[in-house]
Amino acid sequence: MDDLYRDEILEHYRNPHNFGILDSPTTSTEGANPLCGDRITLMLGINDQGTVEEVAFTGRGCAISQASASMLTDDIKGKPLAEIAQFDQQHVLDNLAIEISPARMKCAMLSLETLQSAVTNRVDKPGQTNES
Amino acid sequence: MAIVRPLDPVTVRVDFDIFEREFRGRRLAYLDSAATSLKPRVVAEAMSGYLNRYSANVHRGIYEIGEEATVAYEGARSTIASFIGAGDPREIIMVRNATEAINLVAYAWGRKNIGRADTIVTTEMEHHSNLIPWQMLVKEKDADLEFVPFDEEGRLIQDSYDVLLRTKPKLVSFTAVSNGIGTINPVRDMVERAHDAGALVLVDGAQAVPHGPVNVQEMGADFFVFSGHKALGPPGSGALWARREILEDMPPFMGGGEMIREVHLRHTTYNEVPYKFEAGTPDVSAAIGLAAGLDYLSGIGMEQVRAHERDLVEYALEMLPRQVPSIRIHGPLSASDRAGVITFNLADAHPHDVATLLDREAIAVRAGHHCTMPLHQRLGEEASARASFYVYSDRDDIDRLAEALNKVERLFARNQ
Repeated sequence: MDDLYRDEILEHYRNPHNFGILDSPTTSTEGANPLCGDRITLMLGINDQGTVEEVAFTGRGCAISQASASMLTDDIKGKPLAEIAQFDQQHVLDNLAIEISPARMKCAMLSLETLQSAVTNRVDKPGQTNES
Repeated sequence: MAIVRPLDPVTVRVDFDIFEREFRGRRLAYLDSAATSLKPRVVAEAMSGYLNRYSANVHRGIYEIGEEATVAYEGARSTIASFIGAGDPREIIMVRNATEAINLVAYAWGRKNIGRADTIVTTEMEHHSNLIPWQMLVKEKDADLEFVPFDEEGRLIQDSYDVLLRTKPKLVSFTAVSNGIGTINPVRDMVERAHDAGALVLVDGAQAVPHGPVNVQEMGADFFVFSGHKALGPPGSGALWARREILEDMPPFMGGGEMIREVHLRHTTYNEVPYKFEAGTPDVSAAIGLAAGLDYLSGIGMEQVRAHERDLVEYALEMLPRQVPSIRIHGPLSASDRAGVITFNLADAHPHDVATLLDREAIAVRAGHHCTMPLHQRLGEEASARASFYVYSDRDDIDRLAEALNKVERLFARNQ
């Protein structure tokens, strides 16, 4: 069983990057997986040029959901929203680089779906805090 | 005194084709029987017998296979009745599962008998199927729903129950055995006190019927429900039992064929019980399959099933905390009032990761909230892992579980 969860994933789970809250986020978006109780709150600090300058998340859940959020938040820092909007499931799967069974896809994709919702709402309603 | 032969899980497993399969080179350690049971070969054989050889509709055909089908279907009803100690097979309504049975009661009995400001009492440990139908009913009727809480070890707080009974509830509905944490509730005593308070009682037997002797008449309940698929039967089988006079007084659930006596364009008279509640062609093969499953259980003996599972629970409660130091086991810590269900969390590993890693060792456990979100809110856990036992489970399964959990524990503690 040791080969399933790589050390890098366990390390992200134990010490997630960008874990915490932002003082005055441009957006704060909640995501949840009601089936298993995984939750995440994703906060973005976006500048006038539409670039994500700061990012933070809090949440509870399994190693897959938390490690995937940790890695994804690393990836979006300093990137423009237009580029972030192109992130897809494959991006997350490449980050994790382990076998994700169909039953665990929801865990793996929670942070991506929350991010997509944050970005979409940001484009629809600039300047507003939103929840989903 | 008759000699009681203890259940031998190795012999039992021979009757289940699934144990001929290999999973990652090993026999499956199936520890999710509280979700659904595996099925012995005789169940599928009984069903294919009907589907291949006499698949006529029931109660209609004036020809030989129609009569055979009717005899087999009504025979299944009698098997179910005697398995749960019902006095009369006509008190058995065939349904898809316990969920449908409870919804039937909430719809047909509840809409007629529950009114504004009436109270229904249930508990904080119920499966969602014994919660949401009542939420829907009290919302429609502007009635009240109250809950018996449970204590640190997952036992219902009986003093709180007594306080709630003083509100003179119309109905008390609770589970005989918690699917979430395995608590065996003092059913007979709780039914008696509810009756003293003037309430009718529905007992959810979904986790009771498969795992020990059940007698609805001794229990004294007014309604009793269970699902067949947890008791070796196929999905889509199950039953509602209720006392005859209650059923006679209840309006129908669904309208359609079979449930009628005489139909006119603007009015209808209904069939007698139980047919009044069985609109449309029933799942004949599921009923026949369930009867085969229950016959199989009777062949083992339900006292033996309970004794076997009690032994496994005792073993697990003693052994898991020793082998897996970071385990937190929820629910009663004594085997005497705990069914074959061990619900737990590990300190550092999330239940979903636990289940995924156990699957790598061909061990199947449930992870999540097990359709008991309020119970988990009470436990203070978002989710838990659950290992549950049945007739084919043995100590070897628990040893494998302990060894694998120990590995998970070490994996998540590594480099910390």
